[in-house]
Amino acid sequence: MSKSPVKHTFDVIPSVSAAGQARSLVKNLLLLLAVGAFFIWSYIGAEIHLTQLFSRDSFDQIVIYVKKLFPPDVSPPVLREAVKGTVETFAISFMGTLMAVVIALSVVFFASRNLIYSGLLYEMEPKRGWSRAARMLPYFGAKSLLNILRTVPEMVWALIFVFLVGLGAFPGVLALGVHTGGVLGKLFGEVLEDVDSQPIESLQATGANRLQILFYGILPQVLPQFISYTLYRWEVNIRVAAVLGFVGAGGLGQRIHIAISLFLENQLLTLIIAIYILVTIVDYLSAYLRRKVI
Amino acid sequence: MNQPATSLIRPSHRSLFPYIFAALFTLAFVDSWRRAGIDPLVFFESKGRAALAKFLTGMFPPDLSWGFLSLMLRPTLETMQISILGTLIAVIIGFPLGLLGTHTLTVGGILNEADLHNAPLRRGLRYGLYLTARGLLSLFRSIPEFVWAFMFVRAVGLGPFAGVLAIGVAYGGMLGKVYSEIFEAVNERPLEALQSLGANKLQIFFYGWFPQALPNFISYTLYRWECAVRASAILGLVGAGGLGQQIEISMRMFNFSEILTILMILFLMVAAVDYLSAKVRGML
Repeated sequence: MSKSPVKHTFDVIPSVSAAGQARSLVKNLLLLLAVGAFFIWSYIGAEIHLTQLFSRDSFDQIVIYVKKLFPPDVSPPVLREAVKGTVETFAISFMGTLMAVVIALSVVFFASRNLIYSGLLYEMEPKRGWSRAARMLPYFGAKSLLNILRTVPEMVWALIFVFLVGLGAFPGVLALGVHTGGVLGKLFGEVLEDVDSQPIESLQATGANRLQILFYGILPQVLPQFISYTLYRWEVNIRVAAVLGFVGAGGLGQRIHIAISLFLENQLLTLIIAIYILVTIVDYLSAYLRRKVI
Repeated sequence: MNQPATSLIRPSHRSLFPYIFAALFTLAFVDSWRRAGIDPLVFFESKGRAALAKFLTGMFPPDLSWGFLSLMLRPTLETMQISILGTLIAVIIGFPLGLLGTHTLTVGGILNEADLHNAPLRRGLRYGLYLTARGLLSLFRSIPEFVWAFMFVRAVGLGPFAGVLAIGVAYGGMLGKVYSEIFEAVNERPLEALQSLGANKLQIFFYGWFPQALPNFISYTLYRWECAVRASAILGLVGAGGLGQQIEISMRMFNFSEILTILMILFLMVAAVDYLSAKVRGML
């Protein structure tokens, strides 16, 4: 928000000294070497042989598998199960995202520096002392909480919640809510730290207190971006919700897991088509809402 | 930035949208609540509380014994290797498809305006190519990498190879889409200048197009690599190698102190990769 797009113009051709040129050449070569070494190391370590990667054998295996997928199984019971799984996946992503918003909003105001201890709002406060330290404490607490929530992947959260509350869609909602809460908290925090200070300053000049500044000066500025980020995460979550079932957290993933484990490839294709349709619908819905709301 | 905030204040217009939206939202909320079986009270019942207590007490202290850590070294390195090779394959898949899926490169734009002006057949053919590439990319990225991994485990067997292929295909779809967006966003003026100098298409591409796209191109690929590290760490849950396999084993055995250790390793690895990638991006 604060960065203005810089237009590069090439009216003046920048002159590069010979030494600078040589240095950048060496730097580029070193970088290239490092990248090359990286690839070779991974190539050896992942126990893959190029011959295997591009061999007739593995290619044939993949072709055989793809052939087995067709045609998709569209018998009524399978379709019914696919629709049920799709709706459940939608429900998981919807509730999970809502829970994430609740978590993010309840933590983020403590996790943005300019709202909690520094900047315009606290200019008049003493720079040192107990009150400042007391305000920094919730800041670091909130930041580390968001970090922990964000670092643990959704799938691992799902495993944990399956252990805690049992199989079903509910652990999926919790997993999405907790992980996405951390992500949204970070994104919301960045938006909050990036607000335009002019409206805040003018509100302050009219004698508004901090709560009033928050509601009239800050929230109206950040709300469109909050909504936009939330919709974006919802798009991500619908994809995750579709696979959370692999670890027992309901939705389409559970059905896919069963279909793959029992070698029901035709059903698998039906379910994959269901994911495709669901993901596409949600993408359009989210794009529509974004246009409409913002 | 120096504008007043007036742009955010919209004139109110009469529309049914808020009401319809509120109604649909409430409906979705009520239905989803029921369908997802949401029951916050679980944590307050004795069973849920016992499970929570078992988990939390089991987690601390993390298992930092030398035996376990040295056991984790191999899967950790394997996760890194899966992510690197997976990203490489993603680039190999995404780059050509991204090029074909770039409208200004395949069908429209100044490169083609002379060629395809009066040639409906060739134009149609090119358009078919463009749509095929777009369709493939969309297919690749719509199927989650977990499903890809599971399918590849079935097709090529357990192990890191399935993970590499899964990341390659799923991320190839995402990279291809973004590459085509980057290619479409280049400034056309240098291209036109090159064209007026008599450069051929290949020359225009390499001297006008590619240099403009390269920084964004590398930076997005690096970003995807960061994502690939996270993804390959958990793909093992379906048997595709790396740390995920160990997470699954420890979880099954209720060894929560090992889980905490693995999560710490994961955190360090992701932080290191983020740092490295930011460093490289800074050099661009």
